[in-house]
Order: sequence, then C-alpha cells, then structure tokens
Amino acid sequence: MKETEDKEILLQVKNLHARVEDKEILKGIDLTVRRGEVHAIMGPNGSGKSTLSAVLAGDPRFTVTEGSAALHGANLLELSPEDRSHEGLFLSFQYPVEIPGVSMVNFMRAAVNAKRKYFGQEPMSAGDFLKLMRTKREVVELDNKLASRSVNEGFSGGEKKRNEIFQMAVLEPCLSILDETDSGLDIDALRIVASGVNKLKTPENATIVITHYQRLLDYIKPDVVHILYKGRIVYTGGPELALELEEKGYDWIKEQVDAKEL
Amino acid sequence: MAAQKEDNALTQYLQLYDTEAAEISARSCPVLEKLRKPALKRLRTAALPHKGTPGYEKTDINAMFAPDYGVNTRRMAWDVDLAASFRCDVPNVSTLLAVVANDIFRPTATLENNLPQGVTVCSLDTAARKYPELVGRYLDSIAAEPRFRHTVATDLNNLLMQDGVFIHVAPGVRPERPIQIVNILNATVPLMAVRRVLVVVEDNAAADILLCDHTARPGTDYLINQVTEVYLGRGASANLYDIQEADAGTSRLAENYIYMPHEGASVAFHSFGLRCGNSRSNIQVVMTAPHCTTDLGGMVICTDEERTDIASRVTHAAPHCDSDQMFKYVVDDDARGAFEGAIVVEHGAHHTRAYQNNRNLLASEKARMHTRPQLEIYCDDVSCSHGAATGQLDARALFYMRSRGIPESQARTMLIQAFMMDVVDKISLDGLNSRMRHLVERRLSGESATCAGCNTENLNCK
Repeated sequence: MKETEDKEILLQVKNLHARVEDKEILKGIDLTVRRGEVHAIMGPNGSGKSTLSAVLAGDPRFTVTEGSAALHGANLLELSPEDRSHEGLFLSFQYPVEIPGVSMVNFMRAAVNAKRKYFGQEPMSAGDFLKLMRTKREVVELDNKLASRSVNEGFSGGEKKRNEIFQMAVLEPCLSILDETDSGLDIDALRIVASGVNKLKTPENATIVITHYQRLLDYIKPDVVHILYKGRIVYTGGPELALELEEKGYDWIKEQVDAKEL
Repeated sequence: MAAQKEDNALTQYLQLYDTEAAEISARSCPVLEKLRKPALKRLRTAALPHKGTPGYEKTDINAMFAPDYGVNTRRMAWDVDLAASFRCDVPNVSTLLAVVANDIFRPTATLENNLPQGVTVCSLDTAARKYPELVGRYLDSIAAEPRFRHTVATDLNNLLMQDGVFIHVAPGVRPERPIQIVNILNATVPLMAVRRVLVVVEDNAAADILLCDHTARPGTDYLINQVTEVYLGRGASANLYDIQEADAGTSRLAENYIYMPHEGASVAFHSFGLRCGNSRSNIQVVMTAPHCTTDLGGMVICTDEERTDIASRVTHAAPHCDSDQMFKYVVDDDARGAFEGAIVVEHGAHHTRAYQNNRNLLASEKARMHTRPQLEIYCDDVSCSHGAATGQLDARALFYMRSRGIPESQARTMLIQAFMMDVVDKISLDGLNSRMRHLVERRLSGESATCAGCNTENLNCK
C-alpha cells in the first residue's frame, strides 16, 4: 500500500527556504506533485515563482537554507544541476541563454551523451543522434536551419521557447518546469509550444507550469493551481482558481495574506 | 659596476663567444659572420630587458636568459630519431615539411623532391653559402630598418646564430601547398637554441607558412632565441602560423620583423599558443607603401604556472593601409598572460584603417591578465580603434548547459572553445582550421601532448 503511494509522488518539496545573497525569497514552500499531473503556479511579480524553479534546478546563485526537495525519492538538493537533469528534472528557462560559438548540434549531443554516460550507456551513434534530432524537432515544428546555429543566438522569442520544448522532447524528463514559457509569445507560437508540451505528456511524467496569466492554461490544462505570494504557497485549488484570478486579479489574495500577517 | 655586470645575463654569452669565436667562424660563412662583429660591439654595452624596462612589465628577459644554457657552437648533431620523437599531421593538408632539430636544419629528400619550381626551403647556412648576395641583402637588414625596434636579443641572435631556415618564393610563384617548419627541441642538457628564419616572398608571390615549435624531450630546460624576418614584395602575400606547444621547462623569446616596403602586399600572422611554458613574442610590422594589409591574430591558452606575453607593434608609414589585430587569451590556474599592442600611424599615413582588440577570459581566481593597448596617431583622416576586455566565463551560460545535463568541466571547455572560435576561424587553411579546433579541445580537456603523439604517419609525409 505504502509502496504504491510513494510511487505516485514524483516531487515532494517540504518547508523549502532559499535566499539570494542576504535576501530570503522562498519562505517555506510545500508542494507535492504526482505522476501524470499538471500543476500551475501563479502569483504576482516578485512572489518567488522563478526562484522556486531555479532552486529546484540547482541554480548556484541561490542558497537553500532549510527544507527538502525529493524527485522520485532522490534528494535533489544534494545533486549537481547536471545530475538533477539526468534524474529527470527539466527547466524551461524564462530567458533562454544565448551561447555564441556553441552550435545547437554540439550542445544537444553533449547533453544526450552525458545522460547516457550517467546511466552507463555508450555515446549515441551519429546516425541515431541525427534521427533523434529530426523526430524531436517535429514536436515543436523547429526549423532544421536552427540546428547549425549557435545556441539561441539570433533566435526570435518564439524560436527560443520552441527550442526549450525541443530540448525537453529530446531529454524526456519525468518532471518539467516551464518558467513563464508564454512570455514574449504571440498566439501562434503559444499554440505550437503548448501543443508540444501536450504531446509530451504521459501518465508517468508531470509538469509544473509557472505563469502570470490564465492564457497559457487555456492550452495546457492544469489539474492543480497554486498561488505563490511572498515566498509561500498561500492558496491551492482546482483549474477554476486560475479563472477566478483572471477575473479578480491578485489583490484579494494579497489582502487575505497581508491581513493574516498583521 | 661589477655587481651590475654579474647580474647581466648577456655576460655569460659574451664570454662564451669570446672563447668559441674561432670555432664558430670556422663553421660559418661570410654572410653570417658579417653580422657578428657589429652585434658584439653593441652587446658589450647592452643589457636585456628586465623588470622595469618599459614594455616588459610582466616578463623579465634578463632572468629568462640567466640560467646556464649550453649553446651548440660546434654543431654537434644530435642523434635523434626524428620520426620516433615527433609525429605531426594536419589532416587534409599536405605540407612541404622541413624539420629543425634544436637549431640545425635537417634536409630531407622528400622536401627537396617536392619543392615546386621557384620555391626554396632550405638551411639558412646552406642558403648563405649558395646565394650569398640574396641572403645578404635581407638578413638583418630587415630588422635593422629604422622603424623597427632592433632588440638586444636580436643582436645576441646575430652573434651566436649558425643556422635556421631560409624560405624564398620567386616572383609570381604561388605554391599550392603550405610550407611547414617543425622545430623540435631535444637535448639531454639545458640548451639555448639560436634560430633564424628568413622569409622572402617576391613580387606577386604568395605563401602559407606553418612554424611549429615543440618540445620533444620534456624534463630538460630549453631556451629558444628566435628571430624571424619576413620581407614582402609588391603585391605579395603571406599567411604565417606560429604554433607553440612547449613543455613547462621551455622558455621562448621570439622576435618577428615583418616588412612591407612595396605597394599592395598583405600579411596574416597568427599566433597559436597551445602551451607556452614561459614565452614572450614581439611581433613588429612595418608598412611603408600604400594599400598594404596586416592581419594579426592570436590565441593563447595559459594554464598551471605558464607565462605568455605577446607585444605587437604595427606601424603605418604610408597612406591607404589596413591593419586588424585580434588577440584572445584564456588564463587558468596560476598562469599569467600579458598583451601589449601598439598601433603607430605616422605623419602622412592618411586613410589608415587600424583596429586592435584584446579579449581575455580568466578561468580561475588566481589567474592574472595584463593588457595595454596603445595608439599613437600622428595623422588626421584615419580610422583607428582599440579595445581590451578581461572577464570570466558567463555564469548564466554555464548553468544553462549544466541544467541540460552537461557536466560542469565539459561545459567550461565548450564555452572556452566557443570564446576562441573566431580566432580559429580566421585560419584560411581548411585542414589546419579543423586541426586547431581539435588541438584546442584536447588541450582544454587536460590531455597531455597536443600535437606530438598524434596518431599519424611519420615525418616523411607526402
């Protein structure tokens, strides 16, 4: 009985505190994500949404001061960013980084083979690798020409976000965190990105969608919606919560939380 | 006064010359001998640059020459199996290959049989005997051109040099294959190799020249005193690649004089410091005729306790000349890098376009970089710029790569390679281009022996 319950839980975050320099940003996050679920994390600017995703991915700019985070039982906080990736965590960046001089092909080959090495497998053959790239590009309709370019360099906003989902398709993570993936996207690009995410959904994996707006959630249907404010999850509800926020804004939440603090 | 003399590293070499002058003379020829007396006269009252000499802030040449190095004045041939001690291959580039063991040119039948009509590549000593008028016309008279800074080390080279390389390309000749000179250091006792390279590319001729410096027997201390003189005729062009892969115990002082006194000449000089021990290179270029172009590129990887110092000086003495310089350093561990670059635009050199850029990456806390770009402009109506920037690896890019599963060390290597790529891309020889990418990758991944030990054929490559 207990075993099946453990299996279902993919991500378990308990009382997570994190700071950047001397400023505490996460002040006790509790979050449980099970396989097959889509969670949305919403909240006003500066509430700590992006920090949460960065901390889970192991961004060295942040220091975890308290709490725990486990991915299918593995202690995330003890792992390097690269090992978190190998264990199945994927972060789609709000601002994908441009890396002049490193081609997309070399970048992806290094990522794919590093994961294979981690699991004791031989590097992928050139033929298999190219086939993999071709197949996965179709998920987000990514232009073949981008493969020979430097990582994200000169990509449009839409191309950058599609490139993130392309990488996600290649690496097949069990937990994907999409940090403001909708920002800077026009409606067509948004549809392509969202459809890519939906195509990759399986009963075994899970997705956390971090967003300001309801808009993306029209395309990626969440099972659970959380509201993050002042470094804590202050409210959790079903998909209807997102609609309520769209209608009423965040002020009512802020008032409730701020009133409690006083 | 006496104490000062003892500190002067030149003293031991002057004493050596005094005792060995007859031996050197007996093995020499008039063209080379002619340089020695005036050099000796100047050296009697000279000193090598030391800490505090302007332009040598980070490299003490006097200290570099101070250890008791032997000089092979009696031309003892080292019995080394060249093929076994060194293997080099630039895939897809078939070169006209010559070998210089320490400072002795080793002729090979394959080289002589393959030289195209109008191309001479041979021992400098041989050339000075066979073509005394030709060699005599250029040897040291290039370096002595008043716009160059004729250095004390060049005089020391004049005094002790007995061989080196002579490359001559006759008017209008443009050999397809690059000329490759492989300099191998191989000795059992501390040795100073005194080398001279003279390159003459006549009117409308062209040449690609690779100069590779390798330590074949690590563990011995070496000092290289090398002077390279390059002369370009009207409309002539030369691409020179100076590739250094030396052991920690190897010091090198390289003086390069590139002279373009005729219209329409162009030169590209690329320094690739894969591993430099303790190294200082002076690269001086003088353009005294219109419509000449100079392209200087440099890529330096400096790790452990290595010291690499490059000083460039490009003089525009005629109108309508272009020059561009791009030097990039990666400095890691306890290493020190230095770059001083000067652009001099003389009175009357209007319509000059001269640019210089120095970009450096410090990969460790302890690594240090010294950079000083300089512009001296004595003319209006010119377009000149210089810039220097020293920074660290982009932490955001590093995290982005790690978040995709790329291990930190590999991500760092990829970023450093990416930083270097535009300099490597300047290589116009395709095979060398990919070769250099490979060598940089191997160097950064910490593998020993970069060029040497490449699994390829032996020296008698086609």
